[in-house]
Amino acid sequence: MRTPIAYFLVVSAALFAIGTVGVLVRRNALVIFMSIELQLNAVNLALVAFSRMHGDLTGQVLTFFSMVVAAAEVVVGLAIIVNVNRRRRTADVDDLNLLKW
Amino acid sequence: MPLDNVVFWVFAPISIGTAIAMVFQRNAVHAALFLIVNFFTIAVLYLVLDAPFLFAVQIIVYAGAIMVLFLFVIMLVGVDREESLVERLHWQRPGAIVLGLGLIAEVVAAVRAGIGFATKAPPHFDQLANKGGNPAALSRVLFRDYFFPFEVTSVLLIVAAIAAMVLAHRRRGITLAEREAEAVGGVDGSRTEPLA
Repeated sequence: MRTPIAYFLVVSAALFAIGTVGVLVRRNALVIFMSIELQLNAVNLALVAFSRMHGDLTGQVLTFFSMVVAAAEVVVGLAIIVNVNRRRRTADVDDLNLLKW
Repeated sequence: MPLDNVVFWVFAPISIGTAIAMVFQRNAVHAALFLIVNFFTIAVLYLVLDAPFLFAVQIIVYAGAIMVLFLFVIMLVGVDREESLVERLHWQRPGAIVLGLGLIAEVVAAVRAGIGFATKAPPHFDQLANKGGNPAALSRVLFRDYFFPFEVTSVLLIVAAIAAMVLAHRRRGITLAEREAEAVGGVDGSRTEPLA
């Protein structure tokens, strides 16, 4: 493999930053959630790249665990969004201001 | 130009482009579809990094299961409502983009200082770490060194499944918001018994 590992890390950093911008800019709770998924994937990519660089599979195992945790997180998060939508009829995070005074 | 270089330079721009399109796409369904393409390109990058098992898992779990769940919830919540264009903080959008660019610059500087842009991965990964095939080698690490965390993830998945059922379950006693919604037109029109 002749591609420098740093290129993968730069792609990973770019994806993570795009995900961060998505979380900050968007108002739709579902799109914010998708941006968080993008950030998780960026970190996974960095882990696999480091695993390749060090010739050690531990990074890939950690990515595997990260995917399991992400799946569990998606299930709970989407259930919360469905629940909020059922009570407030909205998926817009600006409308969820019950705790504000 | 070696093949893995070609694959990287084809799929890395697609990956970043679909990520940007996902963030700035107004329609939630289109955003989800862009994210699916992005997950596929990340899977291909895993393949370039000699991780074929994670390539398969990425496509099955992320592009398959998780994104189908996302699309299902988007359809459930409703896709016709446009995002409001009212800006609560007028500097938030440019500020977020500036901070995002700063984050990229910082990580690139850290990578440059840490491993440098010339560091290449050591050769013979398939003969050393991936000996006997990537899934077999990965399972050796997983079940020998990380067996207890692996068992803990099964507990996590069961807890998540139960939590999803509890959270998404529609209770008998309805809430105030649902009663209000029913007064103006009904939540789902399926309730036939009188209100308690």
